Amino acid sequence: MNRTIYGARSRRNTIAMGLSLAATLLGLGWLVLVLGALLWKGLNGFSLQIFTEMTPPPGSDGGLLNPIVGSLIMTSLAVIIGTPIGILAGTYMAEYGRHEKITTVIRFINDILLSAPSIVVGLFVYEILVRPVGHFSGLAGAVALAVLVLPVVVRATEDMLLLVPQPLREAAAAMGMPRVTMILNIAYRAARAGMMTGVLLAIARISGETAPLLFTALNNQFWSTDLMAPMPSLPAVIFQFALSPYHDWQKLAWTGALLITLAVLALSIFARLLTASRKES
Amino acid sequence: MADLALRHDQGSGNYSAAQSQVLSRLKLGDILFQHLTRSCAILVLVLLSGIIISLLIGALPALRTFGFDFLITERWNPVTEKFGALAPIYGTLITSFVAMAIAIPLGLLIAIFLTELCPQSLRRPIGIAIELLAGIPSIIYGIWGLFFFAPFLQSTLQPFLIAVFGNVPLLSSLFAGPPYGIGLLTAGLILAIMVLPFITSISRDVFEAVPPMLKEAAYGLGCTTWEVCYSVVIPYTRVGIIGGVMLGLGRALGETMAVTFVIGNAHRIAASILAPGTTISATIANEFTEAVGDLYTSSLIALGLILFVITFIVLAIARYLLLRIERRIG
Repeated sequence: MNRTIYGARSRRNTIAMGLSLAATLLGLGWLVLVLGALLWKGLNGFSLQIFTEMTPPPGSDGGLLNPIVGSLIMTSLAVIIGTPIGILAGTYMAEYGRHEKITTVIRFINDILLSAPSIVVGLFVYEILVRPVGHFSGLAGAVALAVLVLPVVVRATEDMLLLVPQPLREAAAAMGMPRVTMILNIAYRAARAGMMTGVLLAIARISGETAPLLFTALNNQFWSTDLMAPMPSLPAVIFQFALSPYHDWQKLAWTGALLITLAVLALSIFARLLTASRKES
Repeated sequence: MADLALRHDQGSGNYSAAQSQVLSRLKLGDILFQHLTRSCAILVLVLLSGIIISLLIGALPALRTFGFDFLITERWNPVTEKFGALAPIYGTLITSFVAMAIAIPLGLLIAIFLTELCPQSLRRPIGIAIELLAGIPSIIYGIWGLFFFAPFLQSTLQPFLIAVFGNVPLLSSLFAGPPYGIGLLTAGLILAIMVLPFITSISRDVFEAVPPMLKEAAYGLGCTTWEVCYSVVIPYTRVGIIGGVMLGLGRALGETMAVTFVIGNAHRIAASILAPGTTISATIANEFTEAVGDLYTSSLIALGLILFVITFIVLAIARYLLLRIERRIG
């Protein structure tokens, strides 16, 4: 009697643990499958041409120069707009208003913005920057991306500043330092690595974003650095080319996909290393 | 005191004035900086209200024309300008449901593996690898799903499901129809991969926060690892798990690009989950730039508003639950 119960329990345990091992292998396998397909298909069309030539009309050779440049411009602009605001907002939440009710509210709202659907952000920017102006623009794309950068930076800044030991602040105050000097010279310096990680993760997040760009920056088949005109971006070009029936376009889409993934993975690994080295020191 | 000092030594009057000037400048700088940071913080709130208000304004024409019927009508006809949101809402809910039905058990099992079975030295690498799944941009899942996953499903899983459930009542209509490859099931499966890391990493974090005493007590009673997980760890971390699940659900509901590639973009409600359908986000992504006429655009923005409201509620619940967990741990 006992033996059958024990047997059943241990069998059940073995099955459950086997399943959990299988689930892990499945998760890892999926990562390998996606990355493998990407490497296989993407490397196929990889050449120097990608970085030197414009997107081609269907049926001829070409590269991805204009979308790469467009992506770089919009991403940098988004970081330039979103990072300072995010850092300052995070500073308020961790330094001046740490115990205020509004900070709790802002943190809650910020966390919701952090995972809000990015396509809704695109609609929002369309309503405020595209519809009134009457045409799509690279600037609108950059603003849409900045809206996505903001919550990530706010969260990272607040978290990192909260980790700065209180005695550091007290020591600075005891020397007669005004709060602003203390924040700029002591708190920021202590939290620098973590804040950098936050910004890097934000860049990683927006460099693959497509949905908010579709109806803000739209797309552009040609070279364009005019912020007031539609601007090409890698994700938008991938979207357009991958769904097209033309073989060369699909090939370029895969190469673009590989480029984005490599950039994003490199950024997130670099960000991790940054925090890891800080922990050790 | 200060007065006395001033009278005592007239020479220091200048010095003191300079000093107070410096002090007041420092103070001014501090106040300015405080207000600057404060307004930036408030900007976050303004941003959220801005999103809601602008979507409301944009959606107004459609909501005024169709009223409540917008939510319960299936038809979506740009030619006659008759729009209803039921098909996209249905597609969004079904794909998210499929995704959660697969990702929740998988995520929990991986979290159990990482906290109970995995050798210490492998925990970090495997954890990071699973989290990398969340780092891959959604458009990559889209292109992969369209060129690899959908053809694969079309030739394996879908014919299998049709053959197995073809003669079972009820289930036969759920798995009916030709295997298109693309469709609600494919989108749901891809979403499952995308939300898996969220559920896994949060479950792992809360599993690790279970007091060792509780687990050791259960092991001391002779429980197997599975029994400890099932009867001690999971009930203890229930709130956190639900928080993680809701976070994943919020992501699944709003996910755009990956779904757009593989959903098929068909505005109808089919009983079969193998059939092509559409979701709110895929509809907006596919049709927004091609929408002609104010009513069409406005209907799409109204869809966006519905999506935002749904995800807002889901995410708010998630954050609330996770906040409760954080308080208990911290």
